[in-house]
Amino acid sequence: MTKLKVDHVTKIFGKHIGSALKLVDQKKSKTEILKQTGATIGVYDASFTVNEGEIFVIMGLSGSGKSTLIRLLNHLIEPTSGGIYIDGENLSDMNKSQLRKIRREKMSMVFQNFGLFPHRTILANTEYGLEVRGISKEERRLKAEKALENAGLLPYKDQYPSQLSGGMQQRVGLARALANDPDILLMDEAFSALDPLIRKDMQDELLDLQQKVKKTIIFITHDLNEALRIGDRIAIMKDGKIIQVGTGEDILTNPANEYVRSFTEDVDRSKVITVEKAMIRPISVNVELDGPKVALQRMREEEVSVLLAVDKKREFKGYITANDALEASKRGEKSVLGFLKTDMPTVSSDTLIQDVLGTISDSPTPIAVVKGERLEGVLIRGVVIESLATSSVGGDGNE
Amino acid sequence: MNNFLDQIPSLPVADSVETIMDWLTSHLSSLFDFVQTGGQSAMDGITDLLVMIPPILFILIVALISFLATRKKFGLAIFSVVGLLFIYNQGLWEELMNTITLVIFASIIAIIIGVPIGIFMSKSKWAEGIIKPILDFMQTMPGFVYLIPAVAFFGIGVVPGVFASVIFALPPTVRFTNLGIRQVPKELVEASDSYGSTGWQKLYKVELPLAKSTIMAGINQTVLLSLSMVVIASMIGAPGLGREVLSALQRAQVGNGFVAGLSLVIFAIIIDRLTQSLNKKK
Repeated sequence: MTKLKVDHVTKIFGKHIGSALKLVDQKKSKTEILKQTGATIGVYDASFTVNEGEIFVIMGLSGSGKSTLIRLLNHLIEPTSGGIYIDGENLSDMNKSQLRKIRREKMSMVFQNFGLFPHRTILANTEYGLEVRGISKEERRLKAEKALENAGLLPYKDQYPSQLSGGMQQRVGLARALANDPDILLMDEAFSALDPLIRKDMQDELLDLQQKVKKTIIFITHDLNEALRIGDRIAIMKDGKIIQVGTGEDILTNPANEYVRSFTEDVDRSKVITVEKAMIRPISVNVELDGPKVALQRMREEEVSVLLAVDKKREFKGYITANDALEASKRGEKSVLGFLKTDMPTVSSDTLIQDVLGTISDSPTPIAVVKGERLEGVLIRGVVIESLATSSVGGDGNE
Repeated sequence: MNNFLDQIPSLPVADSVETIMDWLTSHLSSLFDFVQTGGQSAMDGITDLLVMIPPILFILIVALISFLATRKKFGLAIFSVVGLLFIYNQGLWEELMNTITLVIFASIIAIIIGVPIGIFMSKSKWAEGIIKPILDFMQTMPGFVYLIPAVAFFGIGVVPGVFASVIFALPPTVRFTNLGIRQVPKELVEASDSYGSTGWQKLYKVELPLAKSTIMAGINQTVLLSLSMVVIASMIGAPGLGREVLSALQRAQVGNGFVAGLSLVIFAIIIDRLTQSLNKKK
């Protein structure tokens, strides 16, 4: 279901807007229009729709107009022409108080530099949206505290933003947006100011959150990796134009033009994912302690049919299967060593995924990931393929 | 060439201003009379009240306020006690109280007028374009000039003194309010807008709190400027320390002039440090 529709929206800054708009209709380029009229095109005839409950990422480099575009969506900036429709209603047709109502109830924004009010406590920041709506003190406090609790920030509620780290500040920014319970979240480079590790955590948190709350999220980024990681669909912008809209896979496999292709190639080269990133937690049995009964019990618990075998130092020894364990248990054996299999391939945890793709597809068993001799994780075909699809490593489409 | 220039008749600027002034004085005289009598009695009342407070109590109160405002440091408190005792010792206590009344009245009126004008200016480029040159004009015009309309409107006394002081002291508050609001980071203004704040909500909940310290710096300047008008205003009969300076000047009494001037400086330092430390407080 369409939640938000952007219909031929153009934004022009500067003078001679009328004549610049005519040139837009004639499909003149951004630089040509600048030269002829002196007007700058922020957003050039953009059209797309965003479905309810999806994460729609708008990706572009600086100056591509993505920040202008997201501000057009809640009319912080008025479009020069075209319409923004939310649930079928055109924002341009609304008067000030109707527009305020939309901003208060339907869409909340998260900012690149967090946009927290330095003179207000974390709680008062989180309450802001509810406060301007005129919600009673008790109710807004309850809602804000709930939102902070969900973000794990309740203990900090009486502190000021400057006392929190960047990652925590942005969690407050997100909590403030969610306290309003909007349908749409606008996130303007929300994670760009954070350092890479925290950024990845925040991306994961956003994805987890989306599972729970199912908002419609419009996310701006300049980072294709981030776009691919979190976006259900991605729009790529350049010079104010939307060049391509599609799933991450569409964009990697069928780039609309050279510009998009150069981006995706860049991703392939830069993003060197190691098996460490794709491995999952191994479910193991200790060869020196555990017998077949324990092994069977653990398999039932974890719902698997294969266990990796390690010794006390967690050094990889091999694997056992459910069938073998069952038979050994019937025979009354006390140790798993009698039916331990050792033909499972191992790879070092710092190997590139590309380099183990062959092994994965040939091997009948999962692959053990080790660091030295120590068991670190396990590679399972499905998970590896999934990680390739979402993180776009390998770039097989281009080769 | 000279002849040619001389042939241009002199523009009647002075005459026109005078005509306007005459018109104002004759048509609005009842209003001016009302302000004059009302203001005079209000200020006399306050001065009488201040004089009634036992000087030692007054000094202790000022010292306590200084102590608390400077976050429990003794420097300003000690300075206040010593300075005020000196003024009392020199027999200038009543003059000081008159000066305090004048400065407080002028500052409060300047703030009440100045802050809203500053806010208005920050919200509109157009308003800024018109008001800025007027402020420049008000600040560069010598303070003495304001005495002339002040006398025309209100006669002599403390009310015209306040009137002239307000005009002279108003610009910093207006300018700093404008500046403070314009300096609020754009992202915070956007955040406020994006959550559906009305203009007033944005102003009260975000812009004014964030501009507060800049506005306070402007108010500090306004207070000091109105203090600097004290001597000038004494020329039209405003009582206070300024009158002592003026009379010492007229009689060429260097010693008396020095004492009165020093008293003004002491008062200025106390009031400056006090308003500044109020600003630093969270």
